Amino acid sequence: MARTRLTFDKICATLDRCLDVEFSFLKTEQPAAIIAELDSDQQGYILEWVQRVASTNIQLSYQFITQATAVLDRMDRGIIEAWALHAMDMYDQSGLHAALNVIKSVDKFVQLSHERTAGAVFEDNVGVLSHFVHGLSGRQLKLAEADCVYTDTETLFLPPVIAQLQTTQENFLLYKIMVAYLWAQTRFGTFRESVSEALQEESDPQQFLDLFHALDSVRLEACIERELPGLHRELNRIKATLQADCSTDPSWATQVEELCAPDCDVATVLRLTRTAKGKDSPPRTLFYHGVLDIEAVETVMAQRLEKEKAQLRSVLRQIAEDMQDGEAEDSTEQKQFEANKKADPSQPEGFTIELTLQDQPVPIPEVVNRLTTSIVQDLGDIPDDYLQAAGEGEYDPALFLEKEVDPDDVWKGTYHEEGAFLYNEWDFRRQHYRKSWCAVREKDITPVHDDFVRATLGKYSGFIKQLRKTFEAMRDEDRLLKRQVHGDGIDIDALVEALADARDGSEMSDRLFTRMHRTERNIAVCFMVDMSGSTKGWINDAERESLILLAETLETLGDRYAIYGFSGMARKKCEIYRIKEFDEQYDSEVRARISGITPQDYTRMGFAIRHLTQKLLETEARTRILITLSDGKPDDYDNYRGEYGIEDTRRALVESRRAGIHPYCITIDREARDYLPHMYGAAGYTVIDAVYKLPLKVSDIYRRLTT
Amino acid sequence: MTAPALKPEEYFIKEEPYYEPVGDEIEIFQAAFEQKLPVLLKGPTGCGKTRFMEHMAWRLKKPLITVSCHDDLTASDLVGRFLVKGGETIWVDGPLTRAARSGAICYLDEVVEARKDTTVVIHPLADDRRVLPIEKLGEIVEAPDDFCLAISYNPGYQSVLKDLKQSTRQRFVALEFDYPAAELETNIVARETGVSHEIAAKLVKFAGMTRNLKGSGLEEGASTRLLVHAAKLIGTGVSPVAACQSAIAQALTDDTEMLAAVSELSSSLF
Ligand SMILES: Nc1ncnc2c1ncn2[C@@H]1O[C@H](COP(=O)(O)OP(=O)(O)OP(=O)(O)O)[C@@H](O)[C@H]1O
Ligand SMILES: [Mg+2]
Repeated sequence: MARTRLTFDKICATLDRCLDVEFSFLKTEQPAAIIAELDSDQQGYILEWVQRVASTNIQLSYQFITQATAVLDRMDRGIIEAWALHAMDMYDQSGLHAALNVIKSVDKFVQLSHERTAGAVFEDNVGVLSHFVHGLSGRQLKLAEADCVYTDTETLFLPPVIAQLQTTQENFLLYKIMVAYLWAQTRFGTFRESVSEALQEESDPQQFLDLFHALDSVRLEACIERELPGLHRELNRIKATLQADCSTDPSWATQVEELCAPDCDVATVLRLTRTAKGKDSPPRTLFYHGVLDIEAVETVMAQRLEKEKAQLRSVLRQIAEDMQDGEAEDSTEQKQFEANKKADPSQPEGFTIELTLQDQPVPIPEVVNRLTTSIVQDLGDIPDDYLQAAGEGEYDPALFLEKEVDPDDVWKGTYHEEGAFLYNEWDFRRQHYRKSWCAVREKDITPVHDDFVRATLGKYSGFIKQLRKTFEAMRDEDRLLKRQVHGDGIDIDALVEALADARDGSEMSDRLFTRMHRTERNIAVCFMVDMSGSTKGWINDAERESLILLAETLETLGDRYAIYGFSGMARKKCEIYRIKEFDEQYDSEVRARISGITPQDYTRMGFAIRHLTQKLLETEARTRILITLSDGKPDDYDNYRGEYGIEDTRRALVESRRAGIHPYCITIDREARDYLPHMYGAAGYTVIDAVYKLPLKVSDIYRRLTT
Repeated sequence: MTAPALKPEEYFIKEEPYYEPVGDEIEIFQAAFEQKLPVLLKGPTGCGKTRFMEHMAWRLKKPLITVSCHDDLTASDLVGRFLVKGGETIWVDGPLTRAARSGAICYLDEVVEARKDTTVVIHPLADDRRVLPIEKLGEIVEAPDDFCLAISYNPGYQSVLKDLKQSTRQRFVALEFDYPAAELETNIVARETGVSHEIAAKLVKFAGMTRNLKGSGLEEGASTRLLVHAAKLIGTGVSPVAACQSAIAQALTDDTEMLAAVSELSSSLF
């Protein structure tokens, strides 16, 4: 049955409500008149999207009406939706102005989306491409988006979209070619000679650099042809379809021949550039060759060499110490290692490094291998001073650690997301995720060494004994299975019966054996504890007491478990507090942390579920359980309150369940709230009103999941 | 109660299994055998451990009894058990007992997979007592001089839950295996399958690429075994890229992005 068309008045009323005209003072008559002209199906469609966009911003939605009704006839609905969502994403990232631009330039979006249907998008392909580049030999390179194509020798920078060619496959191929080309620059030593020094002597540095780049590209493509012949064939095919004029002028034939020789290195390229500059019709680079950013290369390389030298020398010191273990030698002496080049035609340099110390071969651990490979890649060799074991205390160990950001500093300093885990959040009004919406950081809890633990243990001592018994009953145990077809022993009862049966002439059972059966459980359970301000008071005490009871009893089971707290202050300050990690012992430190759990800010649950789901997935176990312990009231500073928070929490639980986790929610409250069944729909849940019930609930969950 | 005797003939290896030594493993194994020491083979899957054992059995002219351990394998599976036949119970020796009675080489593949109670029975065999107590028969089998116990273990896969206990590993002479160096591996692949040296070399290079990915997306790189599989397919006319995909990539991962990337690598190479 077709819906009836809405009248102008009805539409006005709907728009007034969606756009909150009472406060926004927007005029809805004109858009309503346009919508009134549409057929009922279109009306419904537009109004729904008006509502969704309005949930993000009312101005944006108002603009959306005018633009969307204009293109409704000629645009695919999928594209309209993508456009609206893109505008909302822009709003999230860059604010109203940027979002309005997206809405206003719908035609640009159409062209772009056209590009996107045939083009290859970095974001979609970065996974495959990074695996690809990691498979190629040498230093592990990262990939990132940028406006132009280049590398700083650590990261390969690639354009966000490639749409030069007709099909997605071909455009993807172009990405692959760029990746391989930039990899070749780092692998075949384009930066082993200082180009910046060479440039200083030139009167026209730019021209010199261009020619150097073009000639080096000839060399690198020859390297690629030798190393990756399949890719080189594809490269030629692409060049043909691009119809790019890639042939070099015949007058450059001798140079090209020299560049393509297997032993041609970058010094040769520099020499050829010097001698041939100014010569007519020079070779040119093609767009996939990108640009050379010599400054970026030299900065990154200098930093890396310094760091790797320090790391290598420190490891060598360690090795030297291990080797002379027991010998009473003077250990203050700095040992000099020797690098022997062992011929290895599979390497671009033609050798691999073997180390000796006083003519004794040295076992090369993986890290040394990685370092020597990287250093040889940069320098073509390992200088002797890199091979001298470090002196005692010569290097600050901080040099080796990737800088870890202190979550508090991040918050105190500028408002940025460095070092944070980013998670999407579900916006039910938009019916879509807000991308990378929550910035999550892990923090330590300040341990409080007070009387709390002892008091709790005292208070519940009788109960703990009883609990232990409950849990012990679930421990791995050998059970003797009787009447088995196969087994280790004879089941005498069964045998006697069977023999009697046989004598009677009836069929003899073959279930005559006993077998030991061991139920080996393999569980990881993660507790997620609400540390929001609303837990202040008896709920916080209840949480802490019950965690102590739980930990005491879980210890008897021997399963792996972790405890984290969570709290948030708006989406940029979502915090996970480490209380006990999976590999950590339950010791006095952990107890003091439990005691130190104090109510913090607000409750935002989605991010915590997502983050701890991730943690669980990284833990090896057959059964993974996530138990949230909260007061069951999602709220946060920025609109997480109410339905939004309930829907996001619900969504996060669904995601967790889909990932194979068993989520379970325990709410500490004196009354059951009516939204709980909906919010916890994807998980099992229960409401408890007293501390001692928690471990019992947990044992229920265990039993249900493991038997 | 009768104990059916082992027919060792069945376990003799008559033709020399092709094995390309990578280091001095043959000499060390031989020495350990002569000194009646048990041997532990460490190394990733498909790098030639089983083949090495076959080769050594042939070399030493001893029967080889191999048991692949799995997580349901119990001590009784190794030692033996009672069976009921026609109303009578008879005892049947397990493979370990058979080897210990008759002086054979017993090779327990992936020993950590087996249940923990199995270590109890191999310990007395693996130290200088060299005995196998059979509790259910009240018998203690003393292993003859030419009995040899070898176990294998892949350090890469073990989780904290399944690790070889110190008390077990410290009873064995350990031989470490790894994928052979490029040239040697090329020879092995060519020799095993008859593909050209050039194809074999490219396969080995491809294996190198997958081994580079170990730890960043792949749990393990391609083993020599997988290269042999791919080469066999290529030998029958399958294109190298397709062979790499089905014999190697699909065997390594189910992740679609990784499969796509590995396919891009092989098509770049061939
Ligand atoms: N050194 C070698 N000489 C000859 N063939 C080899 C060698 N190394 C590996 N191979 C080849 O690799 C294949 C796999 O080896 P094998 O079955 O012995 O592996 P494995 O180490 O026992 O693996 P797993 O741990 O999975 O049992 C062999 O069938 C053989 O074709
Ligand atoms: Mg094997």
